[in-house]
Amino acid sequence: MSDTHSQTAFVRTEVLPEAPPPVYEQGIVKWLRENLFSSVANTILTLAAIWAVYYLATATGPWILNGVWTTSSLTECRDVLQGDVGACFSVLAERWNQLLFGFKYPDELYWRPLLAFALLFVALGPLLFFKVFPRKFLALTAVYPFLAFYLIWGGTIMVPVFALLGFVVGIIVYRRLVLQSAAMGLLGAVIAAFAFWYATGFITGPMANFLALEPVPSRDMGGFMLNMMLGVICVSLSLPIGILLALGRQSNMPIIKWISVVFIEFIRGVPLITLLFVANVVLAYFLPPESSLDLILRVIIMITMFASAYIAEVIRGGLAALPKGQYEAADSLGLDYAQSMQLIILPQALKISIPGIVNVSVGLFKDTTLVSVISMFDLVGMIRGPILGASEWNGVYWELFGFAALLFFVVCYSISQYSQWLERQLQTDHR
Amino acid sequence: MTTLTDPPEESFRLSMLINDTRYRSYTFQFIALMLLIVFMSYLGWNLVQNLAEQGQNISYRFLGEPSGYDINQTPIEYDSQSTHLRASIVGVLNTIIVAFLGCVSATILGVTAGVLRLSPNWLVRKLMAAYVEAFRNVPVLIWILIIFSIMTAAMPAPSAFRGDAPDASMVFGAVAFTNRGVYVPSPIWGSGSLIVVLLFIASVIGVFAYRRYATKLLYDTGKLLPMGWPSLAILVLPSVIAYYILGQPISLEYPELKGFNFGGGIHIRGSLIALWFALAIYTGAFIAENVRAGIQAISRGQTEAAASLGLRPRRIMNLVILPQALRIVIPPVISQYLNLTKNSSLAIAVGYMDVTGTLGGITLNQTGRAIETVLMLMLFYLLISLAISGVMNLYNNAMKLQER
Repeated sequence: MSDTHSQTAFVRTEVLPEAPPPVYEQGIVKWLRENLFSSVANTILTLAAIWAVYYLATATGPWILNGVWTTSSLTECRDVLQGDVGACFSVLAERWNQLLFGFKYPDELYWRPLLAFALLFVALGPLLFFKVFPRKFLALTAVYPFLAFYLIWGGTIMVPVFALLGFVVGIIVYRRLVLQSAAMGLLGAVIAAFAFWYATGFITGPMANFLALEPVPSRDMGGFMLNMMLGVICVSLSLPIGILLALGRQSNMPIIKWISVVFIEFIRGVPLITLLFVANVVLAYFLPPESSLDLILRVIIMITMFASAYIAEVIRGGLAALPKGQYEAADSLGLDYAQSMQLIILPQALKISIPGIVNVSVGLFKDTTLVSVISMFDLVGMIRGPILGASEWNGVYWELFGFAALLFFVVCYSISQYSQWLERQLQTDHR
Repeated sequence: MTTLTDPPEESFRLSMLINDTRYRSYTFQFIALMLLIVFMSYLGWNLVQNLAEQGQNISYRFLGEPSGYDINQTPIEYDSQSTHLRASIVGVLNTIIVAFLGCVSATILGVTAGVLRLSPNWLVRKLMAAYVEAFRNVPVLIWILIIFSIMTAAMPAPSAFRGDAPDASMVFGAVAFTNRGVYVPSPIWGSGSLIVVLLFIASVIGVFAYRRYATKLLYDTGKLLPMGWPSLAILVLPSVIAYYILGQPISLEYPELKGFNFGGGIHIRGSLIALWFALAIYTGAFIAENVRAGIQAISRGQTEAAASLGLRPRRIMNLVILPQALRIVIPPVISQYLNLTKNSSLAIAVGYMDVTGTLGGITLNQTGRAIETVLMLMLFYLLISLAISGVMNLYNNAMKLQER
């Protein structure tokens, strides 16, 4: 019996290692088969896409790589290129200051808007990443608007300081009076702040040179700086106004509701350009004859109105999305209107509205280019006016518009990425 | 023994106006109304004073006076002797033309891009994402100006089409892209063309009737008729046959070089093309996002349920996903149409004579009647907005889920 084993030719004692999958079922080949060439239609789409990418790359690649950066006019660019395809980026190298700051802002003062721009991140940091920074840092955010005003417009430091102090006085009065009733607090705060500003108006006159930076009139501002200024100022002003309008529209007091509805629907029904026309040619008729509100301020007023109507609608959506139980729960706790809004309703409603608010803000920032239509020299206005109008750069469309598009893309894309990140951070439902 | 009595009538005190919820809302509304009235009368008083100071008044008489300027695209008869009112009507029509063209092409572009963004093909998906992000994040004004400079600076002059070996040639021998605009063939309606057109309209109706019949047959008897090729045949065949039987009554007039410029055909100006394309591509990117969001909003369970019933992927899309997705997609798309119409006012940046260019541009500058013209301009856009949102509400009511 023992030789039965010897009759068996071969018995494998260990398991074979697993054979690798076929070449077309692994690695990049599998990925290609599944993602790009899974069917005939898909293959055609892929080939079309490859052609499109190739076309774009061959059209723009050499143009960018051959770019000339150092000449002083378009004709010199053409001389350097000698008929080759190539961009004339020299216009950006030579006119970068005009593109960013406008053509009148004094050269030696560029550090001021740049510093204000850098501080913008310091101010926004605590607001945008509120989980990282302690709440105390929000003081930086509160001080920033006044500091930025001081840096960009210049003049005596007393104006922004007193403006800030006015708010502080208002808040102190509100804290005192709110114990009686919220309405009293609000009314008292507004009156106190205005009284303070009126009183200090007599002091700033004689102290015009106290710690003064060289003043820059607002009509000297331009370029991308103007777009940034309009965007930041109008969005931050329109948020509180938008919240008030949204609450007004939801209110059960008919007069306040109808004022809000008419305002919101009127503004949302007309294009921004017509509102800018109003700022440019009509608004002056409605102001006292002796007043001379400068154009940039009138534009800020109109864009803020425009933005707040849109933001109000977004927030109204957030308010409407809250379950009715939240309102009733707040009432049953005995909170009054102001408290229930502040503590229960608005935190939730604003959280829901974040994507919408960001959308409106990005849209508004893009719309700030429209001011070039009423002959203000923002980035687009600078390109169309002084730069393309100059004889040495007449005809450099691609480089300039491409640069403008790139600047806006960088800002808007980062804002939208941030908002998506924030949405994930604030997610409280279970997924 | 206790007796229930009414609580003592509280006498009215002034502080109740602000502290008592029964009276407080009246106080607030009264204050709001007073503030509004004061504000309005302040503005009105300023207006009266300013007008008196400048010796002006509010009057719409300028609308009846001759305008004295030319408009480069006139859908209705117009010359410089026509009135300002007629100039504004030309502008309104031009606005409607570009808004209509833009909405149609933005829809086509947006739906295509939105569906392709969900394609299983990685490359196409990424390409479409790049398109959407690139166009959504850059101001539409910049796109209008970029396309306008392509149309005016990068296109060949009409003289480049001249000679035996020209630098430029017409696409398909019919369409000429020049720096003065695009020339396309125009149809010439011969005798009998009316029959062809009517037949075509009838066959469009026929297609709908056929599809309705096929659906009804499917639901009643379960018999499935083919949909694709019969619809195509009904749509195309009768008109084509009639066209040849009647001896080709509709012909095309091709653009030709005459002197220094093209003659014949339809001339589409570069400004219209720039505005139309830029608005279409820009709004298309937004519509693509709406379409994608709408399709993704339908829960996966719907797809799986349909698949478990044995439906094929195409039918799942057509019968289960799209009908539900459309309900979500259409309202935001309509508000994109509204945005496109409002954005068409950027025409003024490239010199396309829409209502902002005529009424709010040249008429305003010539007559100096800022308040009247801007007010009319706003009312026009307001009217369009209200009309579109009215349509949207009608649609929403019609499509609302019929719940028990």
